[in-house]
Amino acid sequence: MTSTGTARVTLPTDEQILIVRDFDAPRQLVWEALTTPALVRRWWHARRGEVTVVEIDLRVGGRWRYAMTAASGGFEVAFHGEYREIVPHERIVSTEAYEGAPDAAPALTTTTLEERDGRTTLTILVEHASRAERDAHVESGMEDGLQDALDLLEQVASGSRA
Amino acid sequence: MISHMARAATTTDVFNAVAEPQRRAILGALANGERPVGELARGLALPQPQVSKHLRVLREVGAVSVREAGRQRLYRVNGPALKPIHDWVGHFERLWSDRFDALDDVLEQLKRREGGDGR
Repeated sequence: MTSTGTARVTLPTDEQILIVRDFDAPRQLVWEALTTPALVRRWWHARRGEVTVVEIDLRVGGRWRYAMTAASGGFEVAFHGEYREIVPHERIVSTEAYEGAPDAAPALTTTTLEERDGRTTLTILVEHASRAERDAHVESGMEDGLQDALDLLEQVASGSRA
Repeated sequence: MISHMARAATTTDVFNAVAEPQRRAILGALANGERPVGELARGLALPQPQVSKHLRVLREVGAVSVREAGRQRLYRVNGPALKPIHDWVGHFERLWSDRFDALDDVLEQLKRREGGDGR
């Protein structure tokens, strides 16, 4: 296939997550794949389960909601938010809340598309209100059960440095 | 780890080794400093043979090391061996890589449609 590499994830500040990936496609197609519910259903699962809900009301003030059922454990994870800014084929700014942590402040997510020579760089900048919320978001990428281990090893690692 | 290949997978991999709650409790106790097995067993209210067994598993995956101090053997956490588990950004990055690999497939189909030779 045309896999153009892995996602690059960095943590520019204590509150941010930056995700960058190049695609071998013009940006209007990437935009279409990012904003059409039937298409989002086909990639958002990350090969970890089945997408059960994709709602996109693509206008400023409109809401979005994605949910999936994880193949391991069968539990549902869901996210929702509101669109704050939309520049077709270029930029989407939206809020993003994880429904598993309803007390957390929503993150602000800026998705940017830049095309060069028929290829498109997708950049997703996620800005949380606090480092703790940012860290919880990053940990959501971990398999079930490993999160416990991580919490504990945080202590262990600091203890072993002492 | 090759010398332990014949053993069950749960004891040869640091991820699996620390997935066991009592072993995590032992690592937590050792986070405060090195300890002999008897003190660990008392602190965690576990039978000493059980703690010894867990320590053996943790040593096999390199999560814990031991040194002789007089008549005692002192166990401590081996930080570098735990680094792969600590690499939480890596897990998140794999999630998005898998997501984007699936997006590549969607884009391929859209490109074929644009080219007029697809659906």
